[in-house]
Amino acid sequence: MKPRAMILHATGTNRDHDVARALELAGAAPEIVHINQMRDEAMRLSDYQMLVLPGGFSYGDDLGAGKLWAVAIRSRFGADLDAFIAAGKPVIGICNGFQALVKSGLLPGIEGNAAGAWTQQATLTRNESGRFECRWVELAPEGTNIWTRDLETTIYCPVAHGEGRFVAQGDTLAEVERANLVAVRYVGDGYPANPNGSLHDIAGIANPAGNVLGLMPHPENHIVGEQHPQRHHGPQPGSGLPLFENGVRHAAGT
Amino acid sequence: MNYCVEVASKAGFRDIRAENLEGQIELLGIHEVDSVEIGDRYYLSGSFDPGLLSKLTDSLLCDPIIEDATWFDVSDDLARSEPGVFTVEVVFHAGVTDAAAESLLAGTRELDLSGVEQAATGTRFTMRGSTLTLAIVERIASSLLANSVIQSYFINEPAPPPFTVAAASSTGVERIDLRGLTEEELVHLSNHRRLSLDAAEMKAIQAYFADRPATDLELETLAQTWSEHCVHKTFRAQIDYTGPPPGQNGPIDTVHVDGILSSHIRAATEAVARPWVRSAFVDDAGIVALDDATDLAFKVETHNHPSALEPFGGANTGVGGVVRDVIGVSARPIANTDILFFGPQDVEFDQLPDGVLHPRRIASGVIAGIEDYGNKMGIPTVSGGVYYDPGYTANPLVFCGCLGALPTGSHPTAVQPGDRIVVLGGKTGRDGLRGATFSSMESDHTTSDVSGSAVQIGHPIHEKQTLEVIIQARDEGLYNAITDCGAGGLSSSVGEMAEELGATVQLERVPLKYPGLSPWEIWLSEAQERMVIAVPPANASRVEEIAEALDVEMTDLGEFTGDGMLRVRHGETVVGEMDCSFLHGGIPRQHLQAEWAPQPQQAAAPLASDATSTLLNLLGHPNIRSKEEIVRQYDHEVQGGTVVKPFVGTAEHGPGDAAVVTPLPITPGTPGAALGIGCNPAYGALDPYRMAWAAVDEAVRNVVAVGADPDRISLLDNFSWGNPRLPDRLGSLVRCTQGCYDAAVAYGTPFISGKDSLNNEYTGQDGKKHTIPGTLVISSLGIVPDVTRTVTSALRRPGNTVYLIGATGEHLGGAAVLAGTAGGEAPAPVPTAPDRYRALHHSIRNGLVRSCHDVSEGGVAVALAEMAIGGRVGVYVDLSTAPRQGEPSPTGMLFGESLGRLLVEVDPADESAFETAMQGHPVAAIGITTADKRIEIQAGELRITTDVVAVETAWRGGAS
Repeated sequence: MKPRAMILHATGTNRDHDVARALELAGAAPEIVHINQMRDEAMRLSDYQMLVLPGGFSYGDDLGAGKLWAVAIRSRFGADLDAFIAAGKPVIGICNGFQALVKSGLLPGIEGNAAGAWTQQATLTRNESGRFECRWVELAPEGTNIWTRDLETTIYCPVAHGEGRFVAQGDTLAEVERANLVAVRYVGDGYPANPNGSLHDIAGIANPAGNVLGLMPHPENHIVGEQHPQRHHGPQPGSGLPLFENGVRHAAGT
Repeated sequence: MNYCVEVASKAGFRDIRAENLEGQIELLGIHEVDSVEIGDRYYLSGSFDPGLLSKLTDSLLCDPIIEDATWFDVSDDLARSEPGVFTVEVVFHAGVTDAAAESLLAGTRELDLSGVEQAATGTRFTMRGSTLTLAIVERIASSLLANSVIQSYFINEPAPPPFTVAAASSTGVERIDLRGLTEEELVHLSNHRRLSLDAAEMKAIQAYFADRPATDLELETLAQTWSEHCVHKTFRAQIDYTGPPPGQNGPIDTVHVDGILSSHIRAATEAVARPWVRSAFVDDAGIVALDDATDLAFKVETHNHPSALEPFGGANTGVGGVVRDVIGVSARPIANTDILFFGPQDVEFDQLPDGVLHPRRIASGVIAGIEDYGNKMGIPTVSGGVYYDPGYTANPLVFCGCLGALPTGSHPTAVQPGDRIVVLGGKTGRDGLRGATFSSMESDHTTSDVSGSAVQIGHPIHEKQTLEVIIQARDEGLYNAITDCGAGGLSSSVGEMAEELGATVQLERVPLKYPGLSPWEIWLSEAQERMVIAVPPANASRVEEIAEALDVEMTDLGEFTGDGMLRVRHGETVVGEMDCSFLHGGIPRQHLQAEWAPQPQQAAAPLASDATSTLLNLLGHPNIRSKEEIVRQYDHEVQGGTVVKPFVGTAEHGPGDAAVVTPLPITPGTPGAALGIGCNPAYGALDPYRMAWAAVDEAVRNVVAVGADPDRISLLDNFSWGNPRLPDRLGSLVRCTQGCYDAAVAYGTPFISGKDSLNNEYTGQDGKKHTIPGTLVISSLGIVPDVTRTVTSALRRPGNTVYLIGATGEHLGGAAVLAGTAGGEAPAPVPTAPDRYRALHHSIRNGLVRSCHDVSEGGVAVALAEMAIGGRVGVYVDLSTAPRQGEPSPTGMLFGESLGRLLVEVDPADESAFETAMQGHPVAAIGITTADKRIEIQAGELRITTDVVAVETAWRGGAS
């Protein structure tokens, strides 16, 4: 049976359908669920094998990207999400979803943090260019997380954000590197290859257990070659798809 | 109790917003500011435990990694003065949409922090500089930090928290007795109340209200419904037109035109009679078929007047409005397009008419407004244009377009008696009162004071959620009709839907942002992000359920009745009662005078002999050079359906002709939509008829060049013009619409929707009148039969043959190469062009075309350079074999802008098949692509010698 993936729609998220299409192609059965439905007793996160926090502008991002969404997730189903993650089920946050995972403290989720879980350890802040940036970037996969491990080629896909600059204080950043939590890094030298000025060219990170991934770029917008901006100059694979296939494979086994 | 939380960057972290602001201050020519710090302020009012502020701040307001926060009782916040330090605090006027404040209140509920009753936000700027003076800070505050239309600023003193103060309740109704008033008194009344109605219209109203006084609500409703903005009275007027026959320069004669909308625009749609047109000029947007199961809806609107006053809010709500037009035909928006016209960005401040914002400020505000709305709604902004001309300094133009998709036949349009009047979306405030009449007037230096309330700030997230409710309700078949709530507010939307049946409305049910609105204000408010649907009573509770699940407010306002009366009540009081037939049919038709005379022919200014530097200068011209810095601020990838991007080529920054999007899963055989734009106001100064042909031709060529079927192209017509009561303005408009008709019929391209924005005139304090160049924007929607078989303008590889399709004549009038100087002949119509486009399309479908680019501004030379930039491939061309009309000069060959031309790259193996396919059309091989990256173009004695790097650097403004 296809693993069920919950795509958590918050008021203002807008790449719900994009990631649904990617998950269908990758072999999952995605369902878009509005966060208000989580109040419903019958709606249980534990009935799903994967959780996706899609891109967009949750609640308008007026108080900082992903900030209010992080608060809402914790207040609506924080304990269920803790259990979901502890069970090793795959979670992915893309763009605004990544911002929410970071603002909530679920990523990088370094253990031994004195303040405990749900404490913000890093941030995603305004792009160094001072502008929203929509452009394609190349990502090198690394790390041991279930999403990007064994990926053989780089991922080419667009970014579309104004607040994607990964920043963490020195010791946190050192720990992220030491524990191999970096999942994808921008390839190339400086701007625009690194479109936002992220420290260490970090485009995405995972938690120490390796089942939670967050990244700013949108692999769900490159799942077929025709989406590639250079495809008129030669055939292209949809290089964003394998990442979702990894997640779905893992979900099927949990 | 009022508290303020202030959040600012931690010392040692870069504050990119502050750095940007420092740069903008430098651009004002102010060098006295050493540094700027920015603090975001959150004001809270209510009876809460101040101890909660710590939790609220940590969880919601402050990013602990990079920011610090402080909070204090507002009454402890005192004025300050410290040498060399100035603070400027900026807050919204009470009642202006403040999305962050709404989020803040939502957050307190999420965090279970009780007692916070009101929230508001502001910004505090701290500027340092030893030579800084109050006068300089004033200038910075008024030019960069605050717009007096929506905000106030306070220097060196605390801003009062801008909580909404409830006005005294004024549910009363004013009754105005029109009986016995003279014509003069009627006109005075119209002016005094800013109804924007003329003597004949006021007399018709006077005749209707012969038995009783009219209410304020009735007069305001009529003013909105009969406004130029809503009813397009100029386009429906009887016109006596004195001028030559269409397309000719003589003889001058006076003819009667029975409405340019029906005679010149809709008549073309009827003459063309395309079976795939599902709806033209009837609904909020035009609708055509994409395939058997899916339709596309397309609309372009203008938002010129609001954008001139408050660029961010004007453009923001412009996008929101046109997106609602598309939702208003039950479609999901899949692409946005924006065509912008600004004054030159480097104009000196002292050259600006009084009361006019600097074009740079207008441009940056407009672009930010478009970005904000489109990106937040998750609609890819895939196409557009930016034009700069001194004619737009006092009157910037903002055309916002939206394309949507809907399952075939899923848009219901028949209201039934007994249907509930259901409003979905945001609450109603005093925002945007009288927008429809305001946008139908000329402007002057007092406009921003008296009409400021006509400008609003949008809330894209509300609209996004409203969209989701509508789509779900549509798929479940829950409503019988739908329209958007735009100009004129409920008065227009409910009034329109009630046209056939009548309706009874209970205004007290409308959810208000704050109390104290009088009935007519509720009825007219243009509070954004609202849709109106007609719901059978049995479905109302299901609609409510869907709305609640998606955080959308739903209100049942009353019912559609069937007795033909529009009855508006506030509680028990009847505040308006009119026959729908009078409201919609009672407006007297106008009778206007128009005249147009051919311009005397002047010779074009001679061209400098150095064709290479001419080309490089052209590529760097603001109207031609890359707009990448703007376009990349728009998300053009969301929804995953953008198969031809705004930028193309091997480095992804070459110029594209048209973007292609599809709402369907991408597989071979999937059809898509190509969006193109035709616009060249410079031709209009010479001959508006030719401008119209040129615009249609360019819009068509744009989409044909990427693979659209020439027999599946529909058009939108958008006119921005001056005051139509001046015969010369109206004459050029008539001449232009004659061209629209002839061109659309020749190309077989129906108009499916359009819009006009008139009275784009600004009178400065000195009494000087500033009008715009009559501006026609033609937007094309072309169906691409297979999105996996598109082509772009980027050259593919060395060794291919370059063909020029179409003949070149001496068409330098209005051409970019003349840079606004007078003289020359505007490009002539090419009635045979559609046939060559069909032949070209056949070749594209058969895979014979490697790349293809339309030839427009800057002529063949610019087009070749653009293809080379995209592919980073060289090109050697000799134009001696190129098809020609008459005896064009070498300048005309290189830079002339004759219509009907495209450049095509063909593999040598496909040459004979291509030439066979193009037989009978003017086409010639003119050169080859090369590996050496050189660009060599010969035309008579002129020769261009340059290379890919040089043209790319020129076109991208020095960027590599």
